[in-house]
Amino acid sequence: MRPPLIRDIRRYARSLRCFWGTSLAAELEYPLNAAIELVSVLGNLAGSLFVLQLLFAGGPSLGGWSWSGALVVLGLYTLLDGFTTCLLQPNLSRIVNHVQTGTLDYVLLKPIDSQFWLSARTVSPWGLPAMAAGLGLIGWALAQAGPGAAAGLRSPGAVLLALALLLAALVILYSLWFVLAALSIWFVKVWNATEVLRYTLVAGRYPISAYPPALRLLFTFVLPVAFLTTVPAEALLGRGSALWAVGSLVVALLCLAGSRLLWRFAQRFYTSASS
Amino acid sequence: MRRAWRVARALLGSQYALMLEYRAEIALWALSGVLPLIMLGVWSGSGAGAAAGLTPQQLSHYFLAAFVVRQFTVVWLIHVFEEDALQGRLSPLLLQPLSPLWRYLASHFSEQATRVPFVVLMLVVVGLAAPGVLWWPSAGALLLGALAILAAFLLRFLLQVIVTTLCFWSERAAALDRLLLIPYLFLSGLVAPLDTFPPAVRRLALATPFPWMVDFPARLLAGEPVNAALGFGAIAAWCLVLLPMAHLLWRAGLRRYSAMGA
Repeated sequence: MRPPLIRDIRRYARSLRCFWGTSLAAELEYPLNAAIELVSVLGNLAGSLFVLQLLFAGGPSLGGWSWSGALVVLGLYTLLDGFTTCLLQPNLSRIVNHVQTGTLDYVLLKPIDSQFWLSARTVSPWGLPAMAAGLGLIGWALAQAGPGAAAGLRSPGAVLLALALLLAALVILYSLWFVLAALSIWFVKVWNATEVLRYTLVAGRYPISAYPPALRLLFTFVLPVAFLTTVPAEALLGRGSALWAVGSLVVALLCLAGSRLLWRFAQRFYTSASS
Repeated sequence: MRRAWRVARALLGSQYALMLEYRAEIALWALSGVLPLIMLGVWSGSGAGAAAGLTPQQLSHYFLAAFVVRQFTVVWLIHVFEEDALQGRLSPLLLQPLSPLWRYLASHFSEQATRVPFVVLMLVVVGLAAPGVLWWPSAGALLLGALAILAAFLLRFLLQVIVTTLCFWSERAAALDRLLLIPYLFLSGLVAPLDTFPPAVRRLALATPFPWMVDFPARLLAGEPVNAALGFGAIAAWCLVLLPMAHLLWRAGLRRYSAMGA
C-alpha cells in the first residue's frame, strides 16, 4: 500500500499524459498552423527588435539597461508568450465557454481536481517556436553581455536563483490568467478579459525602469509585470537583489493561493446554465 | 434611397441596442487598447524621441491621438463571422435580401458608439494621472481627424473582409488574420511614430496600407503638419484596389458555402 500522496501524484501524471497525448494528436491535424506560427513568431520578434532599436537611437541605455540587457528582457517576454500559447490560452480561454453552455457541470463532477482539469486539459504545440526563440534570444544576449554577466551565472546558486525566479514568473502569469478566466462565473460573457491581459502584459517587453514612476508602481503592485520579465532578467544578468527575489517568490505564492481561493469561492456562485 | 435610409436606421438601432447589452465586455475591449499609452510611457522615458526631433509634447500628443484612433478603428469581423459560419447562423442571414456584411458593418459602428463613454473615461484617468497631457485639438483638426478615422476604419474593415472570405475555404482563417496583425502593429505607427523610422523603412511602410490606418489620422488629430489630400487619396486608392477583390472573393466563397452545422 503506497502513501496516498504518491498515489495521487501518479494518478494526476497518468491523466496529464492522456490529456496531452490526445490534444497533441488533435492539434497536429492542422499542419498549416505550424507554418503560420513560425512566421508569426519571427515577424513579432523582428518587429520587437526593430522598435527596441528605435528606442535605443536616443542613447546607449533604456532606463539604465544596456542593449543586451534589454534583449534578455525581450527574450523572457517571448518565452512567456510561448508558454501562454502552449498552455494558458488553449485551456483558460475555454472556461467561459463551459460556463456559458453549462458543460462546467461535467467538469465539476469528474473525480479529479477541477482547477487542474481546467488548467491542464489541453496543450498546444504552437507556442514552442516562440519558447525556442525566447531561449535563443536570452542565450545570445547573455553571450553579448560579456564575461561580467556570464560570471554572474557561473555559480550553481545563481543558476538556481534565476530558474526559481523564472518559475515564479510562470506561476504569477498562470495565476493572473486563471483569476481573470474564473471571473466568467459571475460575468458570463468576458472572453475578452484574458485578451486584455495579453495586451497589457505587452508592457513586459521592456525593463520596468524604462517607465515613468507612476507606471512603475502600477506594474509592480497592481499588475505584477515587473516580476514577469525584469526580475528574472536581472538575476540572469548576475545583478539580482535579494529583496526583489524574495518579493518575487512571495508574490508568486500569494497569486497561486489567491487563484485557488478564488476558484473555491467562485464555485459557490455557479448555478449552471439554463437552470 | 428611402429604403436604404430605412434599412440603415433599423440595422443601426437594433445593433446599438444589442451592443448596449454587452457594455461590460466593450469596456474590457476598450481597456485592451492601452498599447499606445504603454508605448508613450516607454518613449517619454527614452531619449529616442528627442533624437528624432520630437518634443515631449509632440510625443504625448501623437500617442494619445494614436490611442483614440486605435479605439475607433478596431475590426473584429472575422471572429464573429467565423463563429457564425461554423455554427450555421450565417444561413438565415444569407436568406435576407441584404448582404450580411452590411449587418456586420452596422454592428461595428454601434460598438464604436457604445465605446465612446469608456474612451472618454480612460482619457480622464490619463489626464488625472499626468496633468497637462490632454489638449483640445482645433476644430479643423478634430473634423479632419474624425473623417480620417472613419476612412481608416473602412479601409481596415475592407481588408478584413478579404481575409474573412477565406473562412469559406479554411476553418482557421482567423490564424491568417493574426499574421496580418503583425505588420499592422509595427508599421502603422501604433508602437513608434513613423518619424523615428530610418528613411528606408519609412518608405517601405508608406508603400503599405498600414501607416494610413493609424499614423495619418493620429497626426491629423495631434495637429502635426500633414498632407491631408495625400492621406485621404492613399486610403481611397487602397480601397479601390481592395473593393473588387473583396467582391469577387465574397461571391466565389458564397458559391462554396455549404451551410455547416445547419
